[in-house]
Amino acid sequence: MTATALPLRPRIRALTAERIFIRRSLTHSLRDGESLLMSILLPVMLMLMFTFVFGGAIAPGGGYVDYVVPGIVLTCAGFGASSTGVYVAGDMKTGIIDRFRTMPLRPSAVLTGHVVASLVRNLVATGVVVAVALLVGFRPTADLLDWIGAIGLITCWILAITYLFAAIGLAAGNPEGASAYGFILLFMPYLSSAFVPVSSISPSWLQWIAAHQPVTPIVESIRAFLLGVPADPAAPWWALAWCTAILVAAVIWGGWLFRRSGRR
Amino acid sequence: MDLAIDVRDLRKSFGPQRVLDGIDLRVAPGEVFALLGANGAGKTTTIGILTTLVRPDSGSAEVAGVDVVRRPDEATRGISLTGQSAAVDDVLTGTENLVMMARLSGLRPRAARQRAAELLARFQLTDAGPRRVGTYSGGMRRRLDLALSFVVAPRVLFLDEPTTGLDTRSRRELWDVIRLLAAAGTTVFLTTQYLEEADRLADRIAVLHDGRIVALGTAAALKSRVGGDTVELHDEHGEVRHSVPTDGTIAGVRAALADLAAAGASGTVAVRRPTLDDVFLSLTGQPARVTPTLEEIA
Repeated sequence: MTATALPLRPRIRALTAERIFIRRSLTHSLRDGESLLMSILLPVMLMLMFTFVFGGAIAPGGGYVDYVVPGIVLTCAGFGASSTGVYVAGDMKTGIIDRFRTMPLRPSAVLTGHVVASLVRNLVATGVVVAVALLVGFRPTADLLDWIGAIGLITCWILAITYLFAAIGLAAGNPEGASAYGFILLFMPYLSSAFVPVSSISPSWLQWIAAHQPVTPIVESIRAFLLGVPADPAAPWWALAWCTAILVAAVIWGGWLFRRSGRR
Repeated sequence: MDLAIDVRDLRKSFGPQRVLDGIDLRVAPGEVFALLGANGAGKTTTIGILTTLVRPDSGSAEVAGVDVVRRPDEATRGISLTGQSAAVDDVLTGTENLVMMARLSGLRPRAARQRAAELLARFQLTDAGPRRVGTYSGGMRRRLDLALSFVVAPRVLFLDEPTTGLDTRSRRELWDVIRLLAAAGTTVFLTTQYLEEADRLADRIAVLHDGRIVALGTAAALKSRVGGDTVELHDEHGEVRHSVPTDGTIAGVRAALADLAAAGASGTVAVRRPTLDDVFLSLTGQPARVTPTLEEIA
């Protein structure tokens, strides 16, 4: 009868769990070769296609690459973030989350790991896209502050939709479902000013949607930062507001789903 | 001495469905305790409550002296759960899984690596350590799963159907490991739908049926509830033709055989011990999962 003599599991220090889970998620990202390749190659190919195939028709005068890069970067963030939903759903399905929940640590640390890994993944992919864009004629006129503004906004967007995808992963409960639901979100940039000016979209109700959805002010702001294209001075604030709203909604929704799936 | 598990009048419903209908259980420290029941009997819900994953509607549950409902965070310090599906990380290697769990359990990096190596050896996974868990067989995954629960030897180890889906050999290997863990002082609380498993592993068995404990005791005590040995006469199709009670001694069996011979019966004869199947059947009116074992003597 020595059972109660066994020592208790020590409590771990603050943020140790987060560090361990970030490392785990980064390892996952690196080893999930196909997803990693997709999240980098797809945006690059998309950009090359829009620049060289559609670009001539959309902007006969040339220079479409400058117009399209900000939109491609946001689309790329969508691809990269969508794997977060698949990873989170996978953790729910295998029951590994239940194991973490029955340990003395904040179970949300698992989600933090996935989100930080997504940020790293997406910023790397964004870097690659911008580098390739520079090779094919992208000529930003930005100074250091402009770059900081643009990167800051892109980071906010990645963070917001990563959390949204994480919540979708929790809601879906299995990787296949998460992947299917997430697909819908990936269409958002096409219905914005990312690829064509909003004024060219018809019918008018679709134009209204395009003008009032989150991607449009973000794309316009990034364009203003990187290329000096005149934009509504309120656009960056709209962009920030959208990101914050999506983030808050996703965190609340995700938190609710996470608790519901646990302590029932 | 405090009880390892102390459950009183535990109740839980999911919507209109009553899953646990007033459960009482007391498990002594160091005991191996089996909760036996069919699918849907409420086994996983019971484990869920005891491991803080599920909140009960009413009743109390203490594990290693800590109230799991009021102080879930404190309760998780003394327990480990190995759930129904092997909760392992397929993308990481076996070693990485163990190191991660050891780090999450408060070990320093060097100590974590050392502990991982020890556990790999103890669970016969040393060769598989550097391989990704996605490549493991079912038995290896289960062993790793159990090793993960044992990174810090828990006061109470919860195993939810630990051998479901394993072949006979892996099952036996796992039983050996569970016995080893129990011998080291951990209280083991397991659920199973295999009578043989409960019989082989557990000091005491509780039979759960429709959210209630319908029987509780040692395997021997439960078996005695359905009576003693019988001599059975089987026809050429293996059907039981006659069944004569006996005390199992040479004289007793000889007398039973004489009775059968006198009745002019022919066929093959077997002495049958009551199995947990019989217990299960007589308690729940439902057949259990494992075919009865017959001890042939004739």
